[in-house]
Amino acid sequence: MENKIIIAGFGGQGVQSLGMFIAYASIHDGKEVTFLPSYGPEMRGGTSNCSVVVSDKPVASPIISAPDILIAMNKPSLTKFESRVKPGGYIIVNSSLIETKVKRTDVKVYYVDANDLALKAGNAKTANIVVLGAYTKISGVFTPEVMKAVIEKKFAKKPKVIPANFAAFDLGYDLE
Amino acid sequence: MTVVYKKSGMLTDAPFHYCPGCTHGIAHKLVAEVLEEIGAEGNVVGVAPVGCAVFAYNYFNCDMQEASHGRAPAVATGIKRVRPDTVVFAYQGDGDLASIGMAEIVHAAARGEKITVIFINNAIYGMTGGQMAPTTLEGQKATTCIYGRNPEINGNPIRMCELISTLTGPTYVARAALCDPANVRKAKKMIKTAFEHQLNKKGFSFVELLSACPTNWGMTTEQAVDYVKNDMQSIYPLGVFKEE
Amino acid sequence: MKQLMKGNEAIAEAAVRGGCRAFFGYPITPQNEIPEYLSWRLYEVGGCFVQAESEVAAINMVYGAAGAGARAMTSSSSPGISLKQEGISYICCSRLPCVIVNMVRGGPGLGGIQPAQSDYFQATKGGGHGDYHMIVYGPNSVQECVDIMYDAFDVSEKYRVPVMILGDGMLGQIMEPVELPEFKDLSKLPRKAWATYGDNKGKDRQIINSLLIEPDVLERHNHLLFDTYKEIADNETMCEEYLCSDAEIVLTAYGTVARIAKSAVDILRSRGIKVGLLRPITLYPFPEKAFIKVAEQDCVKEFVCIELSMGQMIEDVKISTQMKKPVKFYGRVGGNVMTPEDIVKFVTEEDK
Repeated sequence: MENKIIIAGFGGQGVQSLGMFIAYASIHDGKEVTFLPSYGPEMRGGTSNCSVVVSDKPVASPIISAPDILIAMNKPSLTKFESRVKPGGYIIVNSSLIETKVKRTDVKVYYVDANDLALKAGNAKTANIVVLGAYTKISGVFTPEVMKAVIEKKFAKKPKVIPANFAAFDLGYDLE
Repeated sequence: MTVVYKKSGMLTDAPFHYCPGCTHGIAHKLVAEVLEEIGAEGNVVGVAPVGCAVFAYNYFNCDMQEASHGRAPAVATGIKRVRPDTVVFAYQGDGDLASIGMAEIVHAAARGEKITVIFINNAIYGMTGGQMAPTTLEGQKATTCIYGRNPEINGNPIRMCELISTLTGPTYVARAALCDPANVRKAKKMIKTAFEHQLNKKGFSFVELLSACPTNWGMTTEQAVDYVKNDMQSIYPLGVFKEE
Repeated sequence: MKQLMKGNEAIAEAAVRGGCRAFFGYPITPQNEIPEYLSWRLYEVGGCFVQAESEVAAINMVYGAAGAGARAMTSSSSPGISLKQEGISYICCSRLPCVIVNMVRGGPGLGGIQPAQSDYFQATKGGGHGDYHMIVYGPNSVQECVDIMYDAFDVSEKYRVPVMILGDGMLGQIMEPVELPEFKDLSKLPRKAWATYGDNKGKDRQIINSLLIEPDVLERHNHLLFDTYKEIADNETMCEEYLCSDAEIVLTAYGTVARIAKSAVDILRSRGIKVGLLRPITLYPFPEKAFIKVAEQDCVKEFVCIELSMGQMIEDVKISTQMKKPVKFYGRVGGNVMTPEDIVKFVTEEDK
């Protein structure tokens, strides 16, 4: 098993923390992982992306030529990375912010209304956790229990926000 | 037989290489005597500069480090931070301290490093052969301002004691002149007070010593002493600028 | 128990566990997590941290602290490392053990802040004035950063030669699982006979100095330094060989780039192309023996040197292989990083 993910969006959409949740889940699950963030001025307000490689074996390249999964949180990210997704791969589109449809026909596309579902979960900031739920379901790399354990651990200092994050995760995970 | 004078044990037996009439030797002697009097022997590291006093490590009878040009306060900071109970001093000239090393001296002072800096101001680059120093007086001749320092072309002299004493970190800042026995005695008192500030972990201490360089000034030793007494002191007044 | 750590923070923690008790630095991207971490961490273990007024001051503080016998280090990124070169030259001549981390960014000049390997010459060939070298490591993972940093002071003190860890921006920012080693017992370290502890008197007093004004003395000192470098080459050279025994094409790269190249090797092998990877871990001393050994294998037709530079390590590859096989070059610069597919494409298209 090797799962290569590119996550991209605006700074502030939780792109980096979404990638880090996957990385922490990998450690939790005894898997190998690399998490490579973009860094520098683009982190503040501009576009932000990260590459995550999850594997059973030690990861060689942290740089991804063709991702198995692209998570596009905004339109510029979809435009930038759509063509790079591996044929047969997946694209998770944040349809709250991206009105256009994916042009490619050789990939599976999931449209997730992440921002609306986050509001439904009770916390507008959980859009990235909605997507994390969708990713968990689509990739099948982690069980939802593992992800929830990681969410619980990472929010241990702010236990008040855990229910909304769990709700957001479930809304994403339960999408068709 | 009575001993009327004895060389300080904090000086080695190596003969000084300084020119006739140069006051580096007096400054070395004063620092060594003070180190002995405060009982620093066996608990002191000195930092030598680049300039005429570059071989100071041959003269002070203690552990020494030779710094690169201007960086003595940074080197002394490194030593003091890992050996906080050791007496640490830097000995620097005017080109070293007030030109290339301006950032290091100002920041070591601003941080209040518990070190003592002895600043030899003879208003000239000695070792390299008489070029203009940051402290060269207006009108004073040097090999890079042969008609005399012209502020329009060469800028103005820097008063280090005045500058350093504006900072919060230093607790003792003073200037003396090595021009006659009375002033030499005053200088020694200031050096001792400076080291006591360090021993009591009060803060950064700084003593500027107006010094003579007859060789590069093109003067006799007598003329040089007069120059320190009159010309230099009119620009660089003596006294204690800060004591807390 | 493995934990997820960012490269820069892992290096900082490994430094503390390896005995670092003094850090002097100045902020510059992309290595800021190292000083930020050590600014609080060192005070927890009785060490000290100073944010210096400049890189120049920082390296001279390292000089003072290392000269006084402490395990001292600094870190920076390319433009800042250039500023430290004068101090490094003095440190090398004075034979002061210390560690310098360079998280390389693209240059020349102010350049960019994205990953690069364009400081290879500066790191391995001296960098400042005079004849000298440092022991230079090019780790390729967060774990290898930790392992090298952990032992760096031991190696540096053994030879009295500073160690440089040459990373790239990626290595500092990447997060990976790491296993952290136990704290070293510093109480067991011997007293450094040459250090200025301040308690030496009379004929035992120590002088840290790089001024050797007598030509014969300075010549002898240069020979002493280079005898030490020879000893280091014999004992400390490290290199990783991956699928080279039957390789027709040998890729060579260091640091993060070597991992990208390793993925390229796997892709090419899956397509039936016999490719291997030779990865120097010590960049100085360069693993010459490993390179000539592989170059002399009959099956090897060519080398491809891959770097995030215009071609710097390639010179050592050519020297070490004694040009027995052609050495091609593939590089990206300016902060751009190649993908495994880029390397595959280069190798297959160049081969047509």
